[in-house]
Amino acid sequence: MQRSFLLYFFISFIGIFFIGRLFQLQILKGIDFDPVHNAAVKIEYDYPERGYIYDRNGRLLVANQLSYDVMVQPNQVKSIDTIELCKLLKINKEDFIKRFQKAENYATYLPSVFLKQLAKDDFAFLQEKLHKFSGFYIQKRVIRDYPLNAAANVLGYIGEVNEEKVRTNDDYEQGELEGKEGVEREYEKILRGRKGKKYYNRNRFNKVTGSYKNGQMDTLPESGKDLTLTIDIELQIYAQQLMNGKRGGIVAIEPSSGEILALVTSPSYDPNMLVGRDRSKNSLILMDAKNPEKPTYDRALLAAYPPGSPFKMMNALVGLQENAINTETSFRCYGGYRYGGKASDFMRCHCGIYDSPIALKTAIARSCNSYFSNTYKKIIEKKSKANESLDIWNKHVTSFGLGSYLGYDLPSGSPGLIPDGAYYDSRYKYRWSASTTISNAIGQGEILTTPIQLANFTAAIANKGYFYTPHIVKKIARKPINNPNYTIKKQTTIKREYFEPVIEAMHEVFKTGTGRWSQVKGIEICGKTGTSENFIRINGYKQQLPDHSILVAFAPKENPKIALAVFVENGGFGSTIAAPITSLMIEKYLNRYISEENKLRESNMLNLSLQNIYNYYRPKNREVASRKE
Amino acid sequence: MRQEKNNIFAGIDWILVFFYLILVGFGWLNILAASQNDEYIDIFDFNTKYGKQLLWILLCYPIMIFVLFFNSKFYERFASIFYLIAIFSLVLIFPLGKEINGAKAWFSFGSMSLQPAEFVKAFTALAIAKLVSDRQYNLSLIKNQIKAFTVIFLPAILIVLQPDPGSALIYLAFFLVLNREGLTLNYIIFGAASITLFISTIFWGTHTIFICLFSLITVIVLYLIYKGGKRLLRFSWHKILISYFGIGMFIYGTGFVYENVFKQHHRDRFEVLLGLKVDTKDIGYNSYQSELTISSGGLTGKGFLNGDITKGNFVPEQHTDYIFSTVGEEWGFLGSSLVIILFMLMIARIIYLSETHTNKFGRIYGYGVASILFFHVTVNIGMVIGLLPTVGIPLPFFSYGGSSLWGFTILLFIFIRLDAHKKYDW
Repeated sequence: MQRSFLLYFFISFIGIFFIGRLFQLQILKGIDFDPVHNAAVKIEYDYPERGYIYDRNGRLLVANQLSYDVMVQPNQVKSIDTIELCKLLKINKEDFIKRFQKAENYATYLPSVFLKQLAKDDFAFLQEKLHKFSGFYIQKRVIRDYPLNAAANVLGYIGEVNEEKVRTNDDYEQGELEGKEGVEREYEKILRGRKGKKYYNRNRFNKVTGSYKNGQMDTLPESGKDLTLTIDIELQIYAQQLMNGKRGGIVAIEPSSGEILALVTSPSYDPNMLVGRDRSKNSLILMDAKNPEKPTYDRALLAAYPPGSPFKMMNALVGLQENAINTETSFRCYGGYRYGGKASDFMRCHCGIYDSPIALKTAIARSCNSYFSNTYKKIIEKKSKANESLDIWNKHVTSFGLGSYLGYDLPSGSPGLIPDGAYYDSRYKYRWSASTTISNAIGQGEILTTPIQLANFTAAIANKGYFYTPHIVKKIARKPINNPNYTIKKQTTIKREYFEPVIEAMHEVFKTGTGRWSQVKGIEICGKTGTSENFIRINGYKQQLPDHSILVAFAPKENPKIALAVFVENGGFGSTIAAPITSLMIEKYLNRYISEENKLRESNMLNLSLQNIYNYYRPKNREVASRKE
Repeated sequence: MRQEKNNIFAGIDWILVFFYLILVGFGWLNILAASQNDEYIDIFDFNTKYGKQLLWILLCYPIMIFVLFFNSKFYERFASIFYLIAIFSLVLIFPLGKEINGAKAWFSFGSMSLQPAEFVKAFTALAIAKLVSDRQYNLSLIKNQIKAFTVIFLPAILIVLQPDPGSALIYLAFFLVLNREGLTLNYIIFGAASITLFISTIFWGTHTIFICLFSLITVIVLYLIYKGGKRLLRFSWHKILISYFGIGMFIYGTGFVYENVFKQHHRDRFEVLLGLKVDTKDIGYNSYQSELTISSGGLTGKGFLNGDITKGNFVPEQHTDYIFSTVGEEWGFLGSSLVIILFMLMIARIIYLSETHTNKFGRIYGYGVASILFFHVTVNIGMVIGLLPTVGIPLPFFSYGGSSLWGFTILLFIFIRLDAHKKYDW
């Protein structure tokens, strides 16, 4: 074979291949295949208004206001009077050059934002003069307006769409806004609507010569739909006030529907901070990773705390269902529970009933650790192998939505942790028993839950065995939602009859038990206090922080209207902070006012600040403390 | 030996010169279209791109005369010297060069810059011709192969270091030359197979390819064993195991190199080209706009100076690397096909002429010229029509830029000189 054939072959092959490709591009596809990116077609956008957001009673939470951006398309900028333009825009020359270079770096042939959110007076003046400066023009934009300073964590905020999305999604152009957090992000498609597009032919002088293809491809804008939230904004604001000076989260749910009445994280921020010219400055402060208050961190959804004593109800329910105990079963308490041979293997108990039989009702009312340790031991020792029993226990617990993301319609969340047999098998190499994991009996140890999970758990008890997935949107465009995820009830694995004694006991808590100082006249509250130990690890030292104050409750006892979970970080006993906050919220929601006799409780809670404690335990001080040890 | 005539134009292949003039002229018209602004056109305004390019083109004539002036023996005799000077110029870049667009590839003389890499190609071709044309030289010996590879890869490596990997890629063209002179085809087959495997690995994912390929090979091996037994295959177990192992290493190595050695912008280019990532605004913008510009030309094009996408400056670098998109828009399918045909005919003509050389030196050099042009045209047009990833190399004779135009002119006219002389080479 002659060796020159190889190159001849390559030449003809590539030649034919390339001409084939040209045929495909130029003859088969032709000019019309993509007007969006065709430079000879100009597109004008018609932006619809973003949907409004209301609370469950129709109070307006989020509206719109206009804002004006100066845009620039660098390749259309011809010789201009820079100094005059600088004066008009009220910026200096260096700033001008910097901004212009930034726009050029992005792309010379695409428009980009030159100056954001002009003041209204500047706009009127500028609009008259701007035609002199080719390449510069004003883009009207709709930004958000918040009439109330509330529920920033629920509403979220909108911000400029990121570059990745601009590149990959043709619905978004550079400089447009999209929902970044909360409801704004979750319901972006519904709130945003769809912008209208008008296609025009343009000639090489960038003049419009008529509509493209007689307007066949033009679309009308589709306006964004309004949302009605399940939030009761009065309750939300009241809860935010109660949490002043404290860190933590409150979630209130309507048990009969799963609607979230209030979702509070503290500290939070004013949603108006993320609107307008100071936005970037404020967002730096809010999102600063070093800020220990983490105001954008939604504790109600994200913070996984040990649930503490409220988890005892879970163990009571599992015990009843698995026949480990019945309502008459009694255990004796000797100031604590001994789970091992060593002197330190002793869990103390504060129920105050020494050496006399305690049954379920008293055990919950007085929060007896020994009773639930015995119960837990019985549950775990039911089967011959501990991991099998724990898997059954885990199945019951997770049927309440604990240990999972729950599936609510907000974009952030945390699954918490509910351990199963495999978890301890790998951790303790198969050598573990009920005693090893005895902390689970009282909601300590490995178990972690978020406030919304615990509120949902309480709602399931209030409903005697079922719950609706919590959700935040009640109506879309004034029509009730029909997403089956939120309208079909989820059944737990515990039989209805076993809830009765537990609810009775929870009622007892507020009558005679740990919550008795927080009663409200005329309202039958059922609840459970909690005090959860928490630790932090610094330089390898495990250090204990003041306990979290926790309370779960629902009311009234018959036909419950509200179920809630309150977490106050490092607040001490559940009965001292979380309980009064809970009772105030219940009274506010059910009666719409706070009665005279409870005014003192209200002002105490409004004025209580835990800031001293938080300041003492700031990272810097903690390091000092651990070194001293 | 007959005496060479004094007339330097005697024996010149005018067909090749004709191709050259047509391509340069048509190229300039397209540069004019791509770089003009709307107000007026003054072709002697040397501040404009097209004015400058016209100057470079006019300066080509003295260069041609100069190249043709020397006796063809001169090029053969001094090939090594030229090569050393070329290498030296590439080394000098590092202390003295000027950085443009992130690559230190230019010598700057006042307002003018020169890119030595564009000239080194011609001198490397001379050096290869000189080396391989030696009577003692036998390409089937590994030792000699290594010598040839050194001559090829020394400039290529220096260019990669600038860094301008696109221009360095062109040196692979010399494998076609070596193949013509007796280098086994295995290198090219191996290279092509590796590239295919590399791309399919990226496209379908490491594990899929691994499993598919292994099952395919296993089936083939089992079939061969079943059909012919050991004798037909003449295989040994360790060979099979080594090839299994080698392919496995290659596939997983590809994944590793792709994720860890390649930069994000390289990965993006691959992924956009393979359609794994939709991107019409940023990295994909160039190719997307150039495809769109070409498509808008239709069958006959919009006519000279009437391409509105070209005028709107929507395709970046349109007068240099993306000049072919102007041809596509203004001259349509007919015009752009004609350009491809012209290039291919020109290259075929060079090969044809080379084969008539009785002197080995001239033939090898001719092959070098043909291969370099072929690589350039394929990679550049392939990129512009969206078949190959973005590699910034010019289209010969077309693209704006003095260095590249002069480099290709010298490359071609040395061949024309050698070719004119072949009748006397008895």
